[in-house]
Amino acid sequence: MNSLILRTGAKYILPLLLIFSVFLLLRGHYLPGGGFVGGLVAAVGFVLYMFAFGLDETRALLHIHPGYLMPIGLSLALLSGFSPVILTGEPFMTSIWFENPVPVIGTIGSPLFFDMGVYLVVFGVSLTILFTISEEA
Amino acid sequence: MLIAVLLGFIHACVLIPTGRFLKGKIAVLNAAIPIGLFIYFCSFIPEVVTSGNVVRANFQWIPSFGVNLNFTLDGLSLIFALLITGIGALVFLYTSAYLKGNAHLDRFYGYLSMFMASMLGLVLADNLISILVFWELTSIMSFFLIGFKNYDEGSRRAALTSMGITGLGGVLFLACTILIGSIGGSYSIQELLSSQILFSEHPYYALILFFIFGAAFTKSAQFPFHFWLPGAMKAPTPVSTYLHSATMVKAGIYLLLRMSPLLGGDPLWNNTLMIVGGVTMLFGAFHTLFRTDLKGILAYSTISALGILVFLIGIGTEAAILAAIFFILVHAIYKATLFLVAGGIDLAIGTRDVTQISGLRKWLIPLSIAGFLGALANAGIPPTIGFLGKDLIYESTLHAPNAGSILTALSIVTNILLLYAGFVVGIKPFFRKTSHEETEIRKSPFLIWAPAVLIGAAGIIFGIFPSLGQSLVTPAVSAILEHSYTPNIQLWHGFTFILLLSAITIGTGFSLYFIFRPSRKKEETIAKIDFIAPKFLTDLFVVSFGRLSKIWTRLFNSGFVRYYILIVLIFIIGILGFKLFEKPVIYMDLSTLKDVSTFEMGTILIMILSIIITVFTSSRLTAIASLGVLGYAFCIIFVFYGAPDLAMTQFAIDTLTVILFVLVLYRLPKYLMLSDTRSRIRDGILSIAFGVLITFICLAVLAEPFSREVTSYYANYAYTLAHGKNVVNVILVDFRGMDTMVEITVLAISAIGVYSLLKLQMKKSEVD
Repeated sequence: MNSLILRTGAKYILPLLLIFSVFLLLRGHYLPGGGFVGGLVAAVGFVLYMFAFGLDETRALLHIHPGYLMPIGLSLALLSGFSPVILTGEPFMTSIWFENPVPVIGTIGSPLFFDMGVYLVVFGVSLTILFTISEEA
Repeated sequence: MLIAVLLGFIHACVLIPTGRFLKGKIAVLNAAIPIGLFIYFCSFIPEVVTSGNVVRANFQWIPSFGVNLNFTLDGLSLIFALLITGIGALVFLYTSAYLKGNAHLDRFYGYLSMFMASMLGLVLADNLISILVFWELTSIMSFFLIGFKNYDEGSRRAALTSMGITGLGGVLFLACTILIGSIGGSYSIQELLSSQILFSEHPYYALILFFIFGAAFTKSAQFPFHFWLPGAMKAPTPVSTYLHSATMVKAGIYLLLRMSPLLGGDPLWNNTLMIVGGVTMLFGAFHTLFRTDLKGILAYSTISALGILVFLIGIGTEAAILAAIFFILVHAIYKATLFLVAGGIDLAIGTRDVTQISGLRKWLIPLSIAGFLGALANAGIPPTIGFLGKDLIYESTLHAPNAGSILTALSIVTNILLLYAGFVVGIKPFFRKTSHEETEIRKSPFLIWAPAVLIGAAGIIFGIFPSLGQSLVTPAVSAILEHSYTPNIQLWHGFTFILLLSAITIGTGFSLYFIFRPSRKKEETIAKIDFIAPKFLTDLFVVSFGRLSKIWTRLFNSGFVRYYILIVLIFIIGILGFKLFEKPVIYMDLSTLKDVSTFEMGTILIMILSIIITVFTSSRLTAIASLGVLGYAFCIIFVFYGAPDLAMTQFAIDTLTVILFVLVLYRLPKYLMLSDTRSRIRDGILSIAFGVLITFICLAVLAEPFSREVTSYYANYAYTLAHGKNVVNVILVDFRGMDTMVEITVLAISAIGVYSLLKLQMKKSEVD
């Protein structure tokens, strides 16, 4: 697709969508949002970019193969699950929290890191599937 | 003690990075693990043996399910732990010479270490669940050990057979564990014993026995499950040594001994064990006559020895339990010796065919000494430990509650045949005239003969000083009988009836050895009745089961997604429709329904329109686009009814789905009428039926009384416990975070699946 409007638009929309996806991820604990939808939105941003600039440029923009994000995300989620076991000796997946809320983000605790893991996995999975299929097409 | 048990697993993990260094010239260093453990367990001898205490070490594992790693070191556990680590140490040393230069020696040590650790855990654990876990671990590890020569098809098959048989036992053990746990209210053997529950009066007693016997008989190779053991001879000799003498097959015996205070004492228990054990010991002993492979002879003699043990546990008197535990010691010592010798012969001359080997004493002096010691202990010739063991067996059979003379006769016949087997393996290869040239023989290195001589000498030492064995065995017997019991084991009891029986055994055995010659011909004769052997029948079962599953799979796997969906839908409609039809619960109260707003009306209209377009359009792109419209309309409905999270996710998903479809579009053939009218009508009817069914189910759900307990729980605690206000997200990442964890794992797996399916480039040779 060789449209100047789409190319120009995609260039600006991608960072916006990425910021939006992080926003969704962070606010998920208080208001609608979360890692799952955040990851999807981020993936949509890259897919849009892919339509405008083609697969190779999108790959170059990402630097790493999105498939690598899956194990990273999974390990992050798993680590956040194990953090109470290591830190306080409580059972697996007990949530632990910092005492004081951080401005803008809110209270930070192990579930946030878990959600980040979900974000990365969803993002990685969507892009892996889409990239693979569009490459074959 | 936890570290002691887990040390083997730790060692195996350490071997992953350091294996390259630990498989070369310093491979012998691996033996430090079992030697260290052996010394560690020896340090408990004063406490457990001398003062009769029980050492406990408790570790919480899953306290909420009552599953803990409680290790109990009583007399019985100690004997097993010493055998496992002691013989383990010799096997580790022996391996470094036996598999010298093997490319996967590090892997082998890893398996062996984990196997040892699982065995240790099994004999030390007090909790039935943890015993079960270790039990299964031994099965898995022995699978890897038996199949170590994975390039050889026979090895792979043998490993699978043993895995299959012992796996079956594992399932039965699981069933037994659950039954005992739910009847007794605890998984801890100690607590079950002190709760004084009489299992033998419970209506499920027979079932429990069925399960536990199934577990023990498969593991300990009792007839008719014995056949995996001779098959397991495909493994390298150190594995066979370890599996036969101190570990694996003794696990079933250990389980029976451990359980006998809990479940024993009933005629059902005693008679079953006596019959199965008796059949096995005779069966195994007779089979040794017809084998020519050194290891094959030993395998059948192990089966026979295990039969003796089960038989003795079945008799169940004080004397029998004493004899059983002492015989475990005896058997471990002489069987380890003989196996190590057999492996040494194999290494030296390259064959294990007993008809081909003779007169090796000329070149393999230390090995022949070890073989001689092993054969003596096996035969029960004084002053070896075997003599003491045989005495105790005759003593217990003679004084058995009933049919003492028959039992004694059976054990005499078995012992005669076992003596023959031991002589064939331990003495025959070294004596008589040699037919070998010196150049054929490879001299045995130190680490091959030394372990064999060492353990063989132990057999003599234990025989000359009976008090050694007696003090080891006493606390174990007391642990099983639950009261203190002091046996009197002596080398010389005077001229008694038992001495006469011993003399008869040894005399007849000698003459059998000198008259009977193992030969290929006899082996072939016995092979003729293989068609009724359990092994053959099992193979038949496996093959026919495989055929059945192939037919079954073909029936449902057409290879077309549309037929899969068709089958799934028909099944759901059938089963749910039947349930609804059977008990209709639908009722609608129109007055409680809200008015329909214009927005909702509009959205629904859009949905209907897009469905019609999707179904009847002749362009694929249009169909996909209108499906996307349908999805978005759904999201709007979610927004109306207060599910913004769902709506948002659904929006993103629908967008991606449409994109995905468009990407796939390039690869599909042009939109043609691929299905005829008949199948379109069929699909239409099916989808309408499914829609109607879902509608009815929704109505049925509304008709049920609605409990808000769960909702209010999450709503109340989302902020106080999880610091979040968005209940949906809190449930996803916190309350039910484990589910999410599994879900994202599934997601990742499916992505890998897509990637590998599309990237897969088959070589010409691989295309079916």
